[in-house]
Amino acid sequence: MRMIDVQALHKTFTLHLRGGAVLPVLRNMDLAVQAGECVVLQGPSGAGKSTLLRAVYGNYRPQSGRVLLRHDGGMVDIVTANPRQVIDIRRRSLGYVTQFLRVIPRVPTLDIVAEPLLARGAALPRARERAAELLERLRIPRKLWDLPPATFSGGEQQRINIARGFCAEFPILLLDEPTASLDQDNRRIVIGLIDEARKRGSAIVAIVHDAETRTAIATRLAPMPALEAAA
Amino acid sequence: MTADDNYNFGFLDEQTKRMLRRAILKAVAIPGYQVPFGSREMPLPYGWGTGGMQVTAAVIGADDVLKVIDQGADDTTNAVSIRRFFTRMTGVATTEKTRQATLIQTRHRVPETPLQAGQILVYQVPIPEPLRWLEPRETETRIMHALSEYGVMHVKLYEDIARHGHISTAYDYPVLVNGRYLMRCSPIPKFDTPKLHMNPALQLFGAGREKRIYALPPHTDVKPLDFADHPFEIEHWPEPCALCGATDSFLDEVILDDKGDRMFVCSDTDYCGERREAGHRGRMSPPENLEAAE
Amino acid sequence: MSALEMPLLNVEGINKSFGRQQACREVSLELWPGEVLGIVGESGSGKSTLLKILAGRLPADSGFIHYRSTEEGIVELLGANEAQRRRLMRREWGFVQQHARDGLRMGFSAGANIGEPMMALGQRDYGHLRNIAKDWLRAVEIPEERLDDAPRTFSGGMQQRLQIARNLVTHPRIVLMDEPTGGLDVSVQARLLDLLRRLVHEHNVAVILVTHDLGVARLLADRLMVMRRGQVVEAGLTDQLLDDPQHAYTQLLVSSVLGV
Repeated sequence: MRMIDVQALHKTFTLHLRGGAVLPVLRNMDLAVQAGECVVLQGPSGAGKSTLLRAVYGNYRPQSGRVLLRHDGGMVDIVTANPRQVIDIRRRSLGYVTQFLRVIPRVPTLDIVAEPLLARGAALPRARERAAELLERLRIPRKLWDLPPATFSGGEQQRINIARGFCAEFPILLLDEPTASLDQDNRRIVIGLIDEARKRGSAIVAIVHDAETRTAIATRLAPMPALEAAA
Repeated sequence: MTADDNYNFGFLDEQTKRMLRRAILKAVAIPGYQVPFGSREMPLPYGWGTGGMQVTAAVIGADDVLKVIDQGADDTTNAVSIRRFFTRMTGVATTEKTRQATLIQTRHRVPETPLQAGQILVYQVPIPEPLRWLEPRETETRIMHALSEYGVMHVKLYEDIARHGHISTAYDYPVLVNGRYLMRCSPIPKFDTPKLHMNPALQLFGAGREKRIYALPPHTDVKPLDFADHPFEIEHWPEPCALCGATDSFLDEVILDDKGDRMFVCSDTDYCGERREAGHRGRMSPPENLEAAE
Repeated sequence: MSALEMPLLNVEGINKSFGRQQACREVSLELWPGEVLGIVGESGSGKSTLLKILAGRLPADSGFIHYRSTEEGIVELLGANEAQRRRLMRREWGFVQQHARDGLRMGFSAGANIGEPMMALGQRDYGHLRNIAKDWLRAVEIPEERLDDAPRTFSGGMQQRLQIARNLVTHPRIVLMDEPTGGLDVSVQARLLDLLRRLVHEHNVAVILVTHDLGVARLLADRLMVMRRGQVVEAGLTDQLLDDPQHAYTQLLVSSVLGV
């Protein structure tokens, strides 16, 4: 079943503060991803891999093209969806994991991880149970669960963010360098999580730089050539 | 005593009295609503009852019998000078008897003797606006009255209870008139507040400095504000009037010596006197034979 | 369409001038149940004027404000009579001011400040008023013992939290907020923001939040509107607008802030 269908996506950035310079990043980009697939984007830095992920997430607004996502049994174009639809798609169908945790003041770790599942409508005990399971698995010491992660180490924050990303078991998952700067043991745990999500039927698009992870998770590679800058 | 011919009857000229009567009629038509009027200079400073005097001057007629009371007494400086003023300006008969009066001007009290149909009670009012303490803008208080936005008045009562454990507002207790307008009763003790309710007499309120007249026509519903679990209550005293033994009147505390001895006596001198004449006795009353010998 | 699928507030073509200065130019917006709409812009952009117009504290020169009320159906607020407008505001709206002293009765106790909106709606049970006030003090993290203290004895952060309690106690559907974290220290701000975020979710209240602080907007708002010289120059999802600003002015705003 097709979960993601990117069609003829075109994205440029106009830098008004740089005299209106135009940076083309995506041109005529197509990408289709089926349920149970893990597609790893491949290309040199600057090829627009992160931009593509963000456009699929509805975070970047492309100039033209479509990003169809499976939501509520149909395909919805997130490019033209209104803000409330985008929020709904993100709440129920679409997850996005980066290596950077956006810390919310005073909210304890366990609740940060449980939040996406709660937002999907799960009961609090069930959401906390799942969050605890993931924190356990990602080896976040139990004594930290009730603390806000603001003062935690970078590695801990990154793993908390991964736990948060996998908590809600979204049918579509976008991963932007989820294993960057993790040690080998932790990286293998994350690889395990990605694999399980895919086997559950999630459609996954990932950016990963280390070869081991790429080989371990990818069912397919999608090459992205660098664009010539045409300012 | 005959009137001083150098002045118009009731001191004010006829045009002014007509203006005042119009304001009074409007006030009677809209119970509790404050009607603005063109307040005149009176030969007394503001704060001495100029509002009440103007109302009295507007309604007084040659056949009226006038009583003036201040804090329940007919013999205080303020009461005496206002009574003397109207005697000179109108030549009407005066009395200290509530029953005999047709027109009573008062400050700080409602007589204990129940009023009758046909009587008029005129209150002297220092501050007519019940919402003034929380809203200094007249434009805003007018809107609040127009829209009956009175919920905030309970804030004051709430604070009373929070601070003192009970509603400690003892004077000028806020009331809702006819289920519509919030009204100040003038600084009468809350003991008197229930007397306003369904009173057969016409009650008029005059504020000279603030230039407002309002009224309670006979038999008007007057309800003190309160809370369901802290209902309105009047004052109680530990003992009856020391002179007439009354247990149903407002009592003043009188300190007798520097050892702290005290007594309670009726604030309404007419009421107290009437009871004593009828033979009622209090703790401090002289022996009967002695009084009879006088 | 069910009630949840309709906007609570539909604002169309608001214009407002002060002499030759046009403070709002054809401003339109929608507000949906339970969402937080941030209005950002520099001082003088017209965002506070817009908020005052929405709150009925300033007349607009032209435009419409359609509000879908619980009890009275859809009401056009600019054309509604004063009595109806004030009644709706009292029952279904709140307004959190930048300076707590403008939104509180500083001389009255904290309990009276929380109780007043309930008394205005007819609550006449003292014991009940106190219990609710205590619950709300707890909810905004003010010690219960301060119930009978006047807010002028409170810190700035506490005052602002009290103002929020006073505004939420009647369970409004819309709360307007004018720079609610404006005058506060950064550490105090964080606490207030977190509290606001939680309460807004718990009570499912729709919020229009005026702020010049993009960090505050990022944390609280679902959607943003950028205003400049009385006009809306850009609007959209908060993260779209802050991460991929399209308009030159939005780019300038975003680039002027570190790490939003």
